[in-house]
Amino acid sequence: MSETLERPAAKADLQVVGTRPIRPDGADKVTGRAAYGADFNMPGQLVGKVLRSPHAHARIVSIDASKAKALPGAKAVVTAADFPDLASEVLEGGEQASNLRDLSLNVMARGKALYHGHAVAAVAAISSEVADEALSRIKVTYEVLPHVTEVEAAMAPDAPLLHDHLFTEGLEARPDKPSNVARRHRNLRGDPEAAFADADVVVEGRYVTPPVHQGYIEPQACVAAWAEDGRCDVWSSSQGQFMVRTYCAKVLGVEISDIRVTPAEIGGGFGGKTTVYLEPLALALSRASGHPVKMVMTREEVFRATGPTSGSVMNVRFGAKKDGTITAAEVELKFQAGAFPGSPVGAACMTALACYDVPNFLITGYDVVNNTPKVAAYRAPGAPIAAFAVESAIDDLARALSMDPIALREKNAVRDGTKASYGPTYQNIGYVETLAAIRDSEHYKAPLGPNQGRGVAVGFWFNVGGESTAAVNIAEDGSAVVVTGNPDIGGSRASMAMMAAETLGIPVERVRPMVADTASIGYSMLTGGSRTTFATGMAVVQAAEKVIADLKARAAKLWDVPADQVEWRGGEAICLDPKADKKPLTLETLAAQSARTGGPIAAQVSINAQGAGPGFGVHLCDVEVDPETGQVSVVRYTAAQDVGRAIHPSYVEGQVQGGVAQGVGWALNEEYIFDAQGQMENPGFLDYRMPVASDLPMLDAILVEVPNPRHPYGAKGVGEVPIVPPLAAVANALRGATGVRIPALPLSPPKVLAALDGAKAG
Amino acid sequence: MSQLAYLAPSSPEEAAKALAASGARPLSGGTDLLVQLRSGRTSPSLIVDLKRIAGAVGIREEAGGFVIGASTSGAVLGEHAGLLRAWPGVVEGANLIGSTQVQGRASLAGNLCNASPAADGVPALVAARATCVIVGPNGRREAPVESIPAGPGKTSLAPGEFILEFRLPARPPRASDAYLRLTPRTEMDIAVAGAGVNLVLHEDGTVAEAHVALGAVAPTVLHVEAAGAALVGTRLEDEALAALAAAAQAACKPISDKRGTAEYRTRIAGVLARRAAVIAYQRAGGQR
Amino acid sequence: MSKIHVTTTVNGDPAEFLATPGMTLLDALRDELGLTGAKEGCGSGDCGACSVIVDGRLVCSCLMLAAEAEGQRVETIEGMAQNGQLHPLQQKFLEHAALQCGFCTPGLLMGAKALLDSNPDPTETEARYFLAGNLCRCTGYDKVIRAVLDAAAELRQERTPA
Repeated sequence: MSETLERPAAKADLQVVGTRPIRPDGADKVTGRAAYGADFNMPGQLVGKVLRSPHAHARIVSIDASKAKALPGAKAVVTAADFPDLASEVLEGGEQASNLRDLSLNVMARGKALYHGHAVAAVAAISSEVADEALSRIKVTYEVLPHVTEVEAAMAPDAPLLHDHLFTEGLEARPDKPSNVARRHRNLRGDPEAAFADADVVVEGRYVTPPVHQGYIEPQACVAAWAEDGRCDVWSSSQGQFMVRTYCAKVLGVEISDIRVTPAEIGGGFGGKTTVYLEPLALALSRASGHPVKMVMTREEVFRATGPTSGSVMNVRFGAKKDGTITAAEVELKFQAGAFPGSPVGAACMTALACYDVPNFLITGYDVVNNTPKVAAYRAPGAPIAAFAVESAIDDLARALSMDPIALREKNAVRDGTKASYGPTYQNIGYVETLAAIRDSEHYKAPLGPNQGRGVAVGFWFNVGGESTAAVNIAEDGSAVVVTGNPDIGGSRASMAMMAAETLGIPVERVRPMVADTASIGYSMLTGGSRTTFATGMAVVQAAEKVIADLKARAAKLWDVPADQVEWRGGEAICLDPKADKKPLTLETLAAQSARTGGPIAAQVSINAQGAGPGFGVHLCDVEVDPETGQVSVVRYTAAQDVGRAIHPSYVEGQVQGGVAQGVGWALNEEYIFDAQGQMENPGFLDYRMPVASDLPMLDAILVEVPNPRHPYGAKGVGEVPIVPPLAAVANALRGATGVRIPALPLSPPKVLAALDGAKAG
Repeated sequence: MSQLAYLAPSSPEEAAKALAASGARPLSGGTDLLVQLRSGRTSPSLIVDLKRIAGAVGIREEAGGFVIGASTSGAVLGEHAGLLRAWPGVVEGANLIGSTQVQGRASLAGNLCNASPAADGVPALVAARATCVIVGPNGRREAPVESIPAGPGKTSLAPGEFILEFRLPARPPRASDAYLRLTPRTEMDIAVAGAGVNLVLHEDGTVAEAHVALGAVAPTVLHVEAAGAALVGTRLEDEALAALAAAAQAACKPISDKRGTAEYRTRIAGVLARRAAVIAYQRAGGQR
Repeated sequence: MSKIHVTTTVNGDPAEFLATPGMTLLDALRDELGLTGAKEGCGSGDCGACSVIVDGRLVCSCLMLAAEAEGQRVETIEGMAQNGQLHPLQQKFLEHAALQCGFCTPGLLMGAKALLDSNPDPTETEARYFLAGNLCRCTGYDKVIRAVLDAAAELRQERTPA
């Protein structure tokens, strides 16, 4: 086993990995049979709905639910009084660590509502209409407090405070006054000030990005049933059934094993479904009413109350020598966390300079609470925001130096052996290979049309491993069932089946992958951080290898030869001793005889996978601008990425293309717009403006394969990296097309036209 | 809890009677009404579905012009070759309302009576000098399309009145129209500004008659007579187009909101009027 | 609240149900007829996940009252595969990996079917604009459009005997 981990199998030896079979759950998903969060029902279920704060910041003076409870058909009302008042405790297991108390207070406001849309009560009733009526009968008395939305306003000394107990961490000395700044991150290397003084060229900029939403098409949905004996069942759409189980148990104060969570098919998450909103409410309502309770968010609730990612203000400065050697960098990142601490600014600080070998730098980050929904993870959390600033500045540096933007990046690229800005030393990375793939692409050499510009940007994500469990069960006919605990968001059942088939030496069609509930498989961290194909895939391969070891032992027993005389090859046990004269035993044969050789053939493996191997992407974008309206369209896009090795290349390309599309939306049109009262003005798909099919061209994905030696088939995580470069790639292309740097997203038509005017006037 | 009822009358008189009740709302394509029902912005006691009234859906040619049933969907309009030939701008305005799915339902009457200043279906109808036949408790009347909207969300229709059909006049030779709008996305968006231009040319290619209507730049769609006048007698020379744009912009009195600033809307209205005029001119056979 | 008796045809079979006056066709399909293939992504006609075909027209079933379906022919994703065989669009979506989470897929397939029913040989641009009402957040549309164009080619081939 350790051999395969040391060196991934040579590509030429692979039969299944690298091919493009039809996904095992495909037929269900093209026929409407696949059951998502809202597609499940239980007999006697009630409809649960949430009453949300109409104020961005308000003290909850009182809640009178008596009239709601008296309504015929209204079966239960819950408020914060129905949940334990929890102490502060850091919980691992989400994509980012979260604080249990904050999690609980975000699920249901206690004492104070901290954003417009914050849950203050929930009801369960016999129908949607009765539930609405019950909500309207709950009388909440608020004392409206001053609120703060923008990050720099929230950092100001006189800003309205969200939390009286919040003192800035990460400073040299503990401050004597509370603040909205939850933490300062700081990373210093060398002597940046001296290096700036010594630089030939210095570029700098201030960059602003708005909060944006993950935009999954399936709203949060669940059904919960609390039985009379205290055992609970939850059916919900999330990125991790074990995450839902843990969070619900903690928020409700019950035993983890008393809750069973069955994962529904998930209609997109992108990090936004790595926490709970509805499930604890549905359980509490079920406990109070004695009925199963179904809750489904409206799209408006999804926008008002579930995680966007941070809005930011950033300052970036680079110093370089005339030959393009970057000698100094300064990066300051101020991120909105929303109502509770935990913006991805820490990850943003770690990724900001991860593509550059810079001897002197200072990176500072601020995690700042404000009266907007608590941010949730969004694909490579924090990294796209920082990359927008850094890659815009690098583009300006290339112009200042009159250097090709790829040549500048190649000159300063991190390589194997480079000490990363965030600490470790890189090994087996494919960054320069990825730069070369774009440099050598036909796209990079193609001429541009009138009013067109071309932009380059790069991006990095750590990728993660972590805890996963997988079981491989061999059926009597030699086919296999692979069971994991990771929801399949984008085709991971296919990659699990393929890796199992490759390892066992059987056709992929003979492997049925299953995603199990929390009572049917061992613990697995949620699907996120680009970990599933890497970490859960590793567990699948190890379980399959355990099965093979068992099969070899059984063959040896049947042949009466020493175990080391049996090899597993091409789905068969082969006797290495020519004198024994044994015909190979197929998996089918061995499975059929399993009762005689020790019983069913199965193995389960639980691991904490390490060595995920960071990913790098290089993107190339052409835009065209209408100089009279400021409208920008992306006319061509090529994204190259080191993926380690693509298990199912189509789904890897799909990850790259999907990340690009989200990034283009972020760059051009998506944003949270708040009114003066702190209420989101565009909580729907009409005015939130995610890209539609006619907004985009074909998105070319180039898969660069520098295998990860820590994974049996060389895989690296791929899902996060592709959203990191597009914000800057689009902005840099626009800079090329117009001659103007627009440092604030989104690059919407009025903003672009104003910038063009400014350039003409200036 | 509010009680809701649904009625699908087959005669205009029956519909007018039902709609005269307080709390009654007409239903045409429903693509606005159902969104408002869902969000709670409207809670009627009665929904009167107008689509089962004879003539409510469909297009017929009459005296050289067209009579369009008020509930006819955008998809049906887009498939009518005769209408497309005579009034391509009216059709493209109607076809810009929402997605293919919305096109399968949304009607010009709904678009007009929803009374959004940004309604894509309306400017080209106004520029076309279209009229509508209105049925109400007191019988029938005919009124210009531009007289219907009275402000955002408000119409001049009396209680019980609804639109039965639209009438587009007969086309002389060398006449055409065009509608353009600007949205941040290519589709599925609300106009930041829109412009409909309807032209009739003399044989020599000079403009004999011109009507310009602007959307999303005032509380209601504007018929800008000065903008039309700027084109009459010209072959859309650059100076004429500049005068058109200036006149269009001078008429704008937009608001700033999440969809665009007043300044931006005004500027874009001029650009769109100019571009739409050029398209209409070329469609009418003019050569610049 | 008195309910309305609605008689329709769903995927070729007669279907009757009781609808409250405010019930959408989407809710009727999902809750009264158990056809959960059409999804609700927004409830406002802005995502297309609830797309069905009514009397030959692609519509958002969330923007139509159930009562309006009286006497009409409704086609949903559940009726797309025939006699145990996937429709060429379904097959091409699988071959091209044109879905990731799959939530928008039923609506996209209905949209694509409506496109090819009316335009057997669409250009890429025509396909993109026709399907602009179907939001997909996972794929970036690239593989979706390729699958639709490939299915169109296959359907044209089937129609033209060699």
